[in-house]
This record gives sequence, C-alpha cells and structure tokens, in this order.
Amino acid sequence: MNLEIILHAGLATGTILLFAAIGEIFAERAGVMNLGVEGMMLLGAMAGFSTSLATQNAWLGLIMAIFAGGILSLAHGLVTIHFQADQVVSGLSLTFLGTGLALVLGEGLTGQNPPLIPNVSLPILASIPFLGSVFFTNHSILVYVGYLFIPLTWYYIYKTRPGMHLRAVGEKPSAADTLGINVYRVRYFYVFVGGCLAGLAGATISLSVSPGWYSSQTTSGQGWIAVAIVIFAQWNPVRAAVGGYLFGMLRRFILDLQGPALLFGFQNPIFMNHNLSFFLQMTPFLLTIVALVWGSQAAMRKRLGSPAALGIPYIRGERGL
Amino acid sequence: MSSISNQPSPPLAVEMHDIVIRFPGVLANDHVNLTLKRGEIHALLGENGAGKSTLMNSLAGLYKPVSGVIKVNGEVVNFNSPRDAISKGIGMVYQHFMLVPTQTVTENILLGLKEPRFFVNLSIYNKKIQALQEQFGLRVDPSAQIWQLSVGEQQRVEILKTLYRGANILILDEPTAVLAPQEIDDLMKTMRRLVEQDKSILFITHKLNEVTAVADRLTVLRKGKVTAEGIGIEGVTREKLAELMVGRKIIFQVDKKSQKPGEVVLEVKNVSALNNKGFPALKNVSINLHQGEILGFAGIAGNGQSELAEVITGLRSCSGSIKINGKQVANQPPGKSIDIGVSHIPEDRTGVGTAPNMSITENTIMKNYDQEPIGNRWKINFTSAREYATRLKDKYEILAPSISTQARKLSGGNLQKLILAREISCCPSLMVAVQPTRGLDVGAIEAIQNLLLEQRENGTAILLISEELEELLSLCDRIAVIYEGELMGVVEAADANLTNIGLMMTGSMRSQA
Ligand SMILES: Nc1ncnc2c1ncn2[C@@H]1O[C@H](COP(=O)(O)OP(=O)(O)O)[C@@H](O)[C@H]1O
Ligand SMILES: [Mg+2]
Repeated sequence: MNLEIILHAGLATGTILLFAAIGEIFAERAGVMNLGVEGMMLLGAMAGFSTSLATQNAWLGLIMAIFAGGILSLAHGLVTIHFQADQVVSGLSLTFLGTGLALVLGEGLTGQNPPLIPNVSLPILASIPFLGSVFFTNHSILVYVGYLFIPLTWYYIYKTRPGMHLRAVGEKPSAADTLGINVYRVRYFYVFVGGCLAGLAGATISLSVSPGWYSSQTTSGQGWIAVAIVIFAQWNPVRAAVGGYLFGMLRRFILDLQGPALLFGFQNPIFMNHNLSFFLQMTPFLLTIVALVWGSQAAMRKRLGSPAALGIPYIRGERGL
Repeated sequence: MSSISNQPSPPLAVEMHDIVIRFPGVLANDHVNLTLKRGEIHALLGENGAGKSTLMNSLAGLYKPVSGVIKVNGEVVNFNSPRDAISKGIGMVYQHFMLVPTQTVTENILLGLKEPRFFVNLSIYNKKIQALQEQFGLRVDPSAQIWQLSVGEQQRVEILKTLYRGANILILDEPTAVLAPQEIDDLMKTMRRLVEQDKSILFITHKLNEVTAVADRLTVLRKGKVTAEGIGIEGVTREKLAELMVGRKIIFQVDKKSQKPGEVVLEVKNVSALNNKGFPALKNVSINLHQGEILGFAGIAGNGQSELAEVITGLRSCSGSIKINGKQVANQPPGKSIDIGVSHIPEDRTGVGTAPNMSITENTIMKNYDQEPIGNRWKINFTSAREYATRLKDKYEILAPSISTQARKLSGGNLQKLILAREISCCPSLMVAVQPTRGLDVGAIEAIQNLLLEQRENGTAILLISEELEELLSLCDRIAVIYEGELMGVVEAADANLTNIGLMMTGSMRSQA
C-alpha cells in the first residue's frame, strides 16, 4: 500500500477511461448517445493487439484500433442518424456486435506477446519531487497524450468554430440547420470521432496499460464506466478526465487492499476472506451508479448538463423539435 | 426564354408565383402568389394552419415547393437549403425561435458563418455586434446566454442574426404572438427603422391593428389559398379582414351575460412563493374568487402570474393558505387539486399542457384515465377512451386528421382547444387559465373566449391570467393587477380605467380599495 503507486497506476488506467469518455462526450454533444462504447473498446483492443502481433509494430496496431472503433461506430451512425432509430437500442446492439466480433476475431490471441507502446519518463519534469514520479515517470506515451488531450478538447469544444457548431447541433439542431450547418454530417463526424477514441481506449488497455488479450475480460466493463463518467462530468472533458483518473486510482486502491496480509499493523480482513474482495471489486460500479444518480439530479437542479437534443433524431421541418 | 425584362421599374424584392407545397394529407400552399416590393412592409395574414409559415419556409430554403417560381430581386432562384436563401439576402425569424439556449448571443449570431475560421475570439465579435445594434437600435447584451434573455430580447437576437448575414429581405413569422404590448411597440419601431435603411419585410400576423400600424400592403391566405393578394391597407376594416381570413363573419363583441357571482370557491391567503431561480415571485398575495365569476390577472409577463397559477394547481410549493371549496390545497400534490375539480390551462401548451408525442386520445384522457368507464385500477379501456376522444374532438371542433394524430402535429388553436376540452370535461369547479388565447388567430380566439364564458355561465370560477387588457376587460368581472409578485389592486371590470391599470402594471400606482 503505497500512495505514490496508487496515484501512478490510477493515472495509467484512468487514461483508458479518459479517451473513451471524451469520445462519448463528442458524440453526445452532437446529440447522439452511443451506448456501444464497451463493444467499440473491445474491438479496438483486439484489433490493436492482433495488428501489432501481425506487423510487429505497436503504432500500426494503435492506428488499426482507432480505425476499428471508428468503423464500428458508423454502423450506429447509420442506424440512428440516417434511419432515425432509437439510440439506446442501437447502442446496446452495438455493444453486442462489437463484443461478438472481437471475441471471434480475437480467437487464439491469448498469451501472445506483440510489441507494446513504450513507457517513457519525461526529462526534467520527472525530477520534480513526488509529482514528477507520479505524473511524469515511466508512463506509457499514451498517458502523456491523455494529458494533452484534456486542455485541447476543452478548448476545441468551447472556443473554436467547429466546437461551437458541435454544441449547437446537440442543443438545438433546427437552429443549426437554418443557419446552413449540415446536422447529419456533424453528427456522423462526431459519432465517428467517438468510435475512434473508444478504439484508442481499447488499444490503450491491450497494448499498454494492462497488455494482453483476455477476451471480454480485457475491457471488463470499463466502457460502461466511461458512459457513467460522461454524465458525472456533465459533458465537460476536464471533469471527465478528473473522473477517469479518480476511478483509475480507486481500482488500484482496491487491488492493493487485497494484497498484504497485514494492513497498518492489523490483520487484513480482505486477505483472510476472499468473498469480501468480490464486494470490493464491485465498488467502482457501485460508485458509477451513485455518480449517475447524483450527477443527473445535480444536472436537473441546475437545469444544465445534458445536451437538449440528446437521443432525438433530427428531421427537418418536423414540428415540435 | 420568355422574359419580362422590358419593364422599366426596379425589380421586386420577392416574387412568388403559383407556389404549391404539399404535406402528407395536406395541401399547405395551393397556387399561391405573393410579391414584396423593395423597402415595403408586407403583411401576410391567415388563420393558424392557413399555410403562412409553410410559404415563408419555402422562401427561406427550408421546404422545396412542388411547383412554382420564386424570384429574388428579379432573378429566378432554386433553394436547396437555408444556406442558399441566406446567400441571396433572405433572413427569416422563425415562429419558434431558432436559438441555442446554452450559447451566448454572439455565438448564436456567428453559427454557420465562414468567419471566424477556427479560433473564436468572442470579445472581438461582441464589439462588432454592438456596432450593428447601434445601427438598428436593437439592444441586447452580446455576452448573455440565450436562456437568460426575455422573449423580446431573444427576438432581437434573431433579427440581429439575419442582419449580421447582410439580409435585406426579412421574414418575421408571427413575431408579435409571444410579445408583451410594450415589446410589440418596440418591434414596430424597429421594423420602421429597418425599412428606412432599405430593407424589405414580410410580416406574418393575425392582428389588424398591427397591420395598419406598420404595413404598406397585405396578402391573406385561407386554407392554403390566397384570398386577397397584395392589397393596400387603406380602407381595410377589421371585420373585412377577419372574413377574408376565416371565411365567415366574426363578431368582435363577446356576449357576456350579467350574473351574480355565487359562493367563494378559491380563497388565497398570504401566499408567497419563489420562482425557478430562487427569487421571490409572489409576495403575500390574498384574493378570493366566486362561483360563476371570471377574475382577471393583469400584469407584464414575469411578474408572478405563472407562479400564482402553479401554486394553485399544486405545481409549486409556497407559504400561506390556499383553499378551494374549503379544502387546503397549498403544497399538496397536483392530484389533489384535480380531485377537487381544478382545471389548468397552462401557458406552455406543449411542455405542460400536452404530451406532444402522444395521440389526441391519450392527451384527452390524461386526467380521467383512472375513472370508469375509461379505466379502472389497472387497465385502460381504449375503446371507450377513443369514443371519449372522438366526442370531445367533435364537440370542441378540434381539426386534426384523426384522434390518433400526435398532439404536436396540431396547430396552436387546435392544440389549445384540445387542452380546454380535456380540462372543461374533467374539472368543473375552478379553472386556472394562463394566456389561453396568446398567439391564436381570430377564429380560435373567438372559440376559446366563448368556451370560457360558457364555463362562467355554468358556475365555474375562472382565474384568467392574460396580458391582453382588451381581453380581460371584455371577459372578466373583476381585474387584479400584479407587479413584482405583489397585488397592486383589484378593480371591477365594468368601471375599470385603462390608464390606471397600466400604471398599476408598471408599479407606479396602487389602488386604495
Ligand atoms: N412539417 C409538417 N408536416 C406535416 N404537415 C405540416 C407540416 N408543417 C405544416 N403542416 C400543415 O400544413 C398546413 C399549414 O401549416 P402552417 O404553414 O404552419 O400554417 P400557419 O403558419 O399559417 O399557421 C397545416 O395544415 C399544417 O398542419
Ligand atoms: Mg405559422
């Protein structure tokens, strides 16, 4: 049980959630809820892992993972944007589709050792006491990419023209349409972006943070946590990053609790009783539920939060939209 | 190609010729002609559902006509999207505002433009927009978010949006329907200033006094057809116009029978409440209302009227006492006031008054779905529900393809009739009506007002909240005036003095009575 290790590991696993949650934020900001994050992540994890194995190049694997997530998300785009079907149903089906595809195509990958995304320490920054070793030492390159992602996506959403259009399409698509913004194109684009980032999140697992292919255990429900984080974060990438890192740290903390036989000089009850540890592993999900409930209530109180057109297909000229 | 280029006069700003637009089951525009001269204000009139918005939407590039020719400044155009129309200098202010509530005024104005290219430095554009505001006298804080603005301010943003795009042909779709009287005056001034600066305006409205105040010519539509094409406004009377719009004579005098109010139905005592933002909306309001009496509430929107309606119908918590037929309803669930027989005609017809995505049938049974014969404890008998809905639809003359039509597809007047039909049928002792005729056409207004008077004769106590003083004076027995949540006074409608009511509405006077 070491604070530095918990924080360090939390940042690494939190990066997975960060990518997936920010991707979902993009899609939902455009008005399309995609509950298929888990499926897209798993497909990304598989595609990245097997490509890296086949080409012996982890970066090609990463690109393939992004591509796989993106392509799968277009299926959701087609069904919900073009055919205007229910987004929840389509998203859930996408999870099944993605998971199924990944499991079939990932047959035989378990136990293989492809090249991975390297870990590096940042010069100078790493020598800052404590913070340096938590934030800038021996992390996957993707963790640093995650750091950069937070301000960049925030700036993009709130301070740029395409970000402005993105928010408009998710809040009031009819207004965007009457000003000549192509609502369908914007929605397709950000659903695709969301898929790409989910794929990236998947590869972040399989090629970097906890490398390997363990079939559906590879993602083990993190896609769902990412969806919860989006709500908890009120569609704000900075809050999503904080949420992602906190969840990551919590996971590590729970893992650490189970390890030692002695905890703070006392007998560790969890070490003695394995049933207890199952309950412990449940806590992130319990917390997810709490966050979901709390987040949505807080959002209701403040009348902010969810993009107003989230979940509603856009049809030009339809009354009451 | 045949052409009419030998005409010496400057081309018309807009020329629409033989326009036909169809929706499933409706011929919304049936060979419509319309012309707009440069620098004129042209009024477009017609009942709800006459096809005005449809015609204008086609000029703004939102709908494509099945046939017909549109010329802008003499040039034949073929719009595929609003963007095409904008590029030809056409700007439309839609009946339902097209603004993003969570973005600032400036952001809303910049949406969809090529510039700024990528980075948005709002402070630069705030200044540009302020300059535009000076030019046209349209004041609104550029850095405010839309949801913080009043309806009148939002409308100014819509107009600024079109002007910023360099529009010289402006279409205003029922701009006055949502405005308070003072705001309407401001809008008229703005319109005059715009034509002075060489803009041309197409102005949709129902009201003759607005037409005579600003318009140069007018066109009337009825059921998709033109009944008067571009006639001058001189000598047009209110009666004549109403007949062109509705196709029958309208009597503007309502027929209010004199009758003695009965026993006290509603007793409001020392009621105070907060609004949505947590500020005091009602301050110590006390008032009584009797059987067979219409009590009007006059006041400028946002002075506590909506909150008053909500505390009585159980939708908002409050302090103080509210008794209906002797039973306490303050801070009780809405179900309780429904049981006592309180009906509610809410201001927000699509958000509160109906479930827009549900059918007419489902909307009519919303308050009695659990009563025989429509429902018992656990199931709804849809056969009798449909019979009930059909009966109401016929009795209240709700125009719709069928009773399974979704409520949101109804026009404003018909939607309001649907709400009234449901409320009158379920809850006869007290009716709380908020802006029941706002935005409706003359025919629908007449129908709604007659329904209210009929209820009065049946002994219902009616609380009528309206911004139309004329309506209050003609319908009410007494008029209460509210300002910043305080009751400024109550006057008998028969000997009410308009000036005094106006003074009380702005808080400059308090009646001693
Ligand atoms: N998007 C639509 N789909 C189907 N019918 C429509 C649609 N828009 C308008 N209509 C119908 O076309 C007719 C004209 O409507 P509209 O132009 O909105 O009338 P107005 O603006 O004069 O009140 C009405 O019967 C209306 O129900
Ligand atoms: Mg209209």
